[in-house]
Amino acid sequence: MAMQSHGHGTLLFFITTGRFFLPIAPTPARYNLPMKSITVDRVMADQRAAAFTKRSIKTSAKEAGLRLALSMVDLTTLEGKDSPEKVRSLCRKAILPDANDPTLPHVAAICVYPELVHVAHEELEGSGVHIASVATGFPSGQYPLEVRLDDTRRAVEAGADEIDMVISRGRFLAGERGKVFDEIASIKDACGQAHLKVILETGELETYDLVREASDLAIAAGADFIKTSTGKVAPAATMGVTLVMLEAVRDHFIKTGRKIGVKPAGGIRTSKQSLHYLVMVKETVGDDWLTPDLFRFGASSLTNDILMQLARRRTGRYMAGHDFSEA
Amino acid sequence: MTDPTEHEIKPTGAADPGFHLDPAGESPARRSPHQGRQRVHTHADELNFGAAWDYAPAPESAKVVIAPKYGHFINGRFTTPGKTFRTINPANEEVLSEVSEGSTKDVNKAVAAAREALPKWAKLKPTDRAKYLFRIARRVQERARELAIIETRDGGKPIKESRDVDIPLVAHHFFYYAGWADKLPYAFPNRDPRPVGVCAQIIPWNFPLLMAAWKIAPALACGNTVVLKPAETTPLTALRLAEIFEEIDLPPGVVNIVTGAGETGKALAEHKDIDKIAFTGSTAVGKLLARTASKRGVRLTLELGGKSPNIIFEDASIDQAVEGIIQGIYFNQGHVCCAGSRLFVQESVVGEVVEKLTIRLKSLRLGDPMDKNTDIGAINSKEQLATINRYLKVGDDEGAHRITPSDKPLPKKGFWCNPCFFTGVQQSHTIAREEIFGPVLAVQTFRTPEEALTRANNTPYGLAAGVWTDKGSKIFDTAARLECGVVWCNTYNKFDAASPFGGFKESGFGREGGMQGLRPYVRL
Repeated sequence: MAMQSHGHGTLLFFITTGRFFLPIAPTPARYNLPMKSITVDRVMADQRAAAFTKRSIKTSAKEAGLRLALSMVDLTTLEGKDSPEKVRSLCRKAILPDANDPTLPHVAAICVYPELVHVAHEELEGSGVHIASVATGFPSGQYPLEVRLDDTRRAVEAGADEIDMVISRGRFLAGERGKVFDEIASIKDACGQAHLKVILETGELETYDLVREASDLAIAAGADFIKTSTGKVAPAATMGVTLVMLEAVRDHFIKTGRKIGVKPAGGIRTSKQSLHYLVMVKETVGDDWLTPDLFRFGASSLTNDILMQLARRRTGRYMAGHDFSEA
Repeated sequence: MTDPTEHEIKPTGAADPGFHLDPAGESPARRSPHQGRQRVHTHADELNFGAAWDYAPAPESAKVVIAPKYGHFINGRFTTPGKTFRTINPANEEVLSEVSEGSTKDVNKAVAAAREALPKWAKLKPTDRAKYLFRIARRVQERARELAIIETRDGGKPIKESRDVDIPLVAHHFFYYAGWADKLPYAFPNRDPRPVGVCAQIIPWNFPLLMAAWKIAPALACGNTVVLKPAETTPLTALRLAEIFEEIDLPPGVVNIVTGAGETGKALAEHKDIDKIAFTGSTAVGKLLARTASKRGVRLTLELGGKSPNIIFEDASIDQAVEGIIQGIYFNQGHVCCAGSRLFVQESVVGEVVEKLTIRLKSLRLGDPMDKNTDIGAINSKEQLATINRYLKVGDDEGAHRITPSDKPLPKKGFWCNPCFFTGVQQSHTIAREEIFGPVLAVQTFRTPEEALTRANNTPYGLAAGVWTDKGSKIFDTAARLECGVVWCNTYNKFDAASPFGGFKESGFGREGGMQGLRPYVRL
């Protein structure tokens, strides 16, 4: 597959897949979609995903893995009742996860609603912690495109350097893949310099075939990251869907040399789970993805569990939950 | 003993002008795997499965005591060790123990003990026979960790496999046949199932304890008594099983275990007072046994070699099919009689399959079998490694193209073989026709389903096959026309005590596992 030029094409550009064929013009052309949709066998994919959980990660590998996982966390709060105070608290936690161990890395980003981005922006200036904002009518995406684009621009203007968008699952499931592609592409343009994470909401797509198809679509339309879930729909991230997404990312890399990130979000609560995911990343896409630039955890309670395990390694004792500040 | 080729392997493609080695890499044979097809630029080689965040060693550390010497297990007790031979850990060549070499005298004693125990055991209330089998199963579960460790140290397979596959299946088989012991009339309605008698059972080294369970459990359930001979390179877990028989008070003589090599097996198979031979191992030995059994009215079941085809259609889920290739041929270092050693890939996807297989092989971890993160363990014996290496050379000489994706060095001590595969393999190539019994895959292509079927069936063997497609109708059509005992669809090397297993053609006859597995052990 040849790489298409970035930016707005002036010529008519055709997307073809096994299921649809439609002209889009003019389009922010990105990458060609695979010629036919790729199927995923759920039984074998789940079996492979389960195999990663059998790896035994001990001693030095455990410590290094937990530090890496911590540096990949998108510390998240996405509640209706979120306050500026809560976001400030989250930002402090992001910069200095455990006051007792200043050697620990800061987390990758905090993730908040657009309304609270400016608060985070003030707190995190110069810290190296990124500011991710959900946008585009999160979590359902059931809004007109103009509203979703506006949502995106405002979040970027307020200081977000990463946008976590949701796809229109309704349109995708109705078979209007071309429209979903267009939406993602135009939101990518609205992001400007900000990185775009595309939330597939795999819990609503249900089948691995569709997860794979949505992954390929999002990547082709210009996603920098693909993300499993909003956290508002069960099931959220699972090893199986994340494996399918990693395979899509790997295949895109093989074709184009371009590295896309992956972010499982929702349901990852324990440090052990986070190590399972890292094993899967290492053995599916390789060492180069073991960085916050290409792999993230969308989580909140995970952070303190990692800190508890690291403190256990440092002190030889398990601390109580209240020994760590809330995340 | 199960070495499939004691004869010399001769290259068959030498006369074919297409297969001359060409140092410049210009000959058509070297253009594989994408014969005639220009590959689009790929970044696959840039994927890096290196040492970033390497897993720390995670050795299974439980201590297990292995006696310096073992006798046979005859008539409910261990004999004094006689003439012995060494059994070693193939991963580091350390001597684990010395095991007695069964003489004709030992075999006579064992068969006599089994004969003596037979009437009482055969007449025992079926629920009581079931009780013994349940006890064995539970005790295997209780001692699972110890059994897994010994299996791995004696045989070289990764602890991950002995812990998660071999030993749980052993317990499963005893549980399963315990359930049948008092329900035989339901397995054979309107018949009167009676035991066959004294069963001579000879088993291989690839799944030592599991093969013992496959043989012993149905035999006992049906009221037979047993003389078992484990393989000479892997006798230790069978001897542990004998300890379990002692612990659970299995009546003396019901199961006897005589260790030794080919001569011991021969003495057992030729013994005048046995009623049945059950053998798992090489086709060459199987044929000898068939001759022996035909001289007298001895019943025989054979589970022999294979060269099983694994067929990937273009509409398959490729990533999962690649996983199936791995399970099919690299599981247990390829020491699997039903290994998917011939891969048939539809031509339109061969590039992708080969590329992904290469990537996947790079992520496999070869090394200390006792490390819980090891995927590929040691080759079972020096002899087997020599066999594999002979075949690798023949594959090269015949003009196939060998790809060994891992460039990591092999351990210095012990017997090791890097997982690899050959592309550009023709049906006439030796590596496509003979069982290698190692981590070596022959990749061939096909255009139409008919072609795939014809080639898949064009083998003297008929043990297993794999079919990979997203299309249900294709699965049923293909599976029905494959000449083999087991067909796995969109999976490979799946075993279950409830599922019968066995071969066609030169892969043997008789079934083990499931209700069908009772049949060889009853007279009707």
